[in-house]
Amino acid sequence: MPREDYETVIGLEVHCELSTKTKIFCSCPTEFGGEPNTHCCPICMAMPGTLPVLNEKVVEYAVKAGLATNCKIAQNSKNDRKNYFYPDLPKAYQISQYDMPLCYEGKVEIDAENGEKKTIRITRIHIEEDAGKLNHDEYGRGSFVDLNRAGVPLIEVVSEPDLRSAEEAESYLRKLKAIFEYIQVSDCKMQEGSLRADVNVSVRKKGTTEFGTRTEMKNMNSFRSIVRAIKYEADRQIEEIENGNKITQETLRWDDISGKTFPMRDKEDAQDYRYFPDPDLVAIKLSDEYIENIKKELPELPEIKKARYIKDFELSEKAANFVTSSKYYSDIFDVATEKSNNPKAVSNWLMSDIARILNEKEEEADKIPFTGEDLGELVQLIDKGTISNSIGKKVLDELFENPKSPSKIIEEKGWVQISDEGAIKEVVLRIIENNPQSVADYKAGKDKAVGFLVGQAMKETKGKANPQMLNQMFIEELKK
Amino acid sequence: MQINDEEVLHIAKLARLKLKDDELENYKKNLQEILDFADTINHVNTDNIGETIGINENYNVFRKDEIHQENNREELLKNAPSQDEGMFRIPKVIN
Ligand SMILES: [Zn+2]
Repeated sequence: MPREDYETVIGLEVHCELSTKTKIFCSCPTEFGGEPNTHCCPICMAMPGTLPVLNEKVVEYAVKAGLATNCKIAQNSKNDRKNYFYPDLPKAYQISQYDMPLCYEGKVEIDAENGEKKTIRITRIHIEEDAGKLNHDEYGRGSFVDLNRAGVPLIEVVSEPDLRSAEEAESYLRKLKAIFEYIQVSDCKMQEGSLRADVNVSVRKKGTTEFGTRTEMKNMNSFRSIVRAIKYEADRQIEEIENGNKITQETLRWDDISGKTFPMRDKEDAQDYRYFPDPDLVAIKLSDEYIENIKKELPELPEIKKARYIKDFELSEKAANFVTSSKYYSDIFDVATEKSNNPKAVSNWLMSDIARILNEKEEEADKIPFTGEDLGELVQLIDKGTISNSIGKKVLDELFENPKSPSKIIEEKGWVQISDEGAIKEVVLRIIENNPQSVADYKAGKDKAVGFLVGQAMKETKGKANPQMLNQMFIEELKK
Repeated sequence: MQINDEEVLHIAKLARLKLKDDELENYKKNLQEILDFADTINHVNTDNIGETIGINENYNVFRKDEIHQENNREELLKNAPSQDEGMFRIPKVIN
């Protein structure tokens, strides 16, 4: 049976570190990095006799995340212990939520591949604590435990198995990322591990309604690996089935280098977490008023912002989609548009050159090193004719490498556009003299020859000549 | 509720305990006593008593999101059997 007769069914469990100042159950800082074990105290190190106290911001942020993803908010909720042994988990249990999560039955809309909207249901969002980090050294002297991350608050967002392709999984994850950035509950930096996903994949024959046996890939932390891993895993499962084999329900490890999945070593341990209510913590009860107040404070969400950009700035659907796909983009867009008063040019820079450079660097929008003010100034300099568009691109490269104000960059590099008539005429005459063939072509009625001559002049002036002036002057001279 | 050998062995496995045959009997007896003791609560009359979440009627015990950094790594690592470069050193863990 060919590949096309199967469909892939994907569900995601997305873990997202909340950007509270302190940890979920103690007052240690959540800041990323830092010397090992310096963001720690007896509570997050699980010393005997310590007691956890829940951070009120964690509840607030989780409720915000729930409301922004159309979830219902539980008025009664509690924390439970999830028991398992692993050296990065000092208590040998993770405080999480089992049967009474804070948020449930939500949904988000994604753009499916056929251009239509598709609703992805969210089963639940619950709060829990992150584990520490294990470091290994190459001499095999052992492993080293750093508990700075232990106790950093997370929300886990569990989706229903509504996703049908790696591309849909990516756009769902990007949508969640954008929403959480906008409501400022997480900085969602995948490279720093503040956004990670466990991916459940199964396949089934098209037209059937029963789910196939699924496998799970844990802790994926880049869009690229997630997409690759889903495609690989779906193909592997189809091949197994086609060969008459059964899929085993197991946890797999995705290896980015070989581009394959491997069974995890401890797979024979059936997962049995023995959840039970944490007796160190009390119930969470949320009033309608509390929930209403958070709802009122929610900022403009990406969908609404997108509609506003289309209406107010006449951006295309595609441009508005792109600019609102990340808060980092739309913040830059807002400031740059305010400064330059040219929303279309700003969105074009973001969508084309800036996205391309980030893509080449394999980085996300949060890594843009310059400000909206800088981009606004760049657009202004081009609009005023101080620099040409092609010099603008060089300025952008410079903004990525060594960010400072664009006017300073062009001054230091001597990139100011030549708009002096005398200087431009000199170049035009020289190019005409050196390219008799093009001149003859033009006179023979080939208007396109002007383009070639302008190109030559731009080359000679290293892109600094004003292209409109060049064009005009060539035509004038050639007509003589 | 009656506990059987299988259940005891499963719990032992989850707790990373290796049980000898004579220990199995002993653990089974102890666990059965705990279950029987806890079973008492099943016979309490709870008519007209509202449902609670958790072990008492307290709720919403929260902390403000304010940093108190203690920064006493030396003290925190003091009792570790082995440490290196400010970290707990443990037998090599392979994923
Ligand atoms: Zn702590």
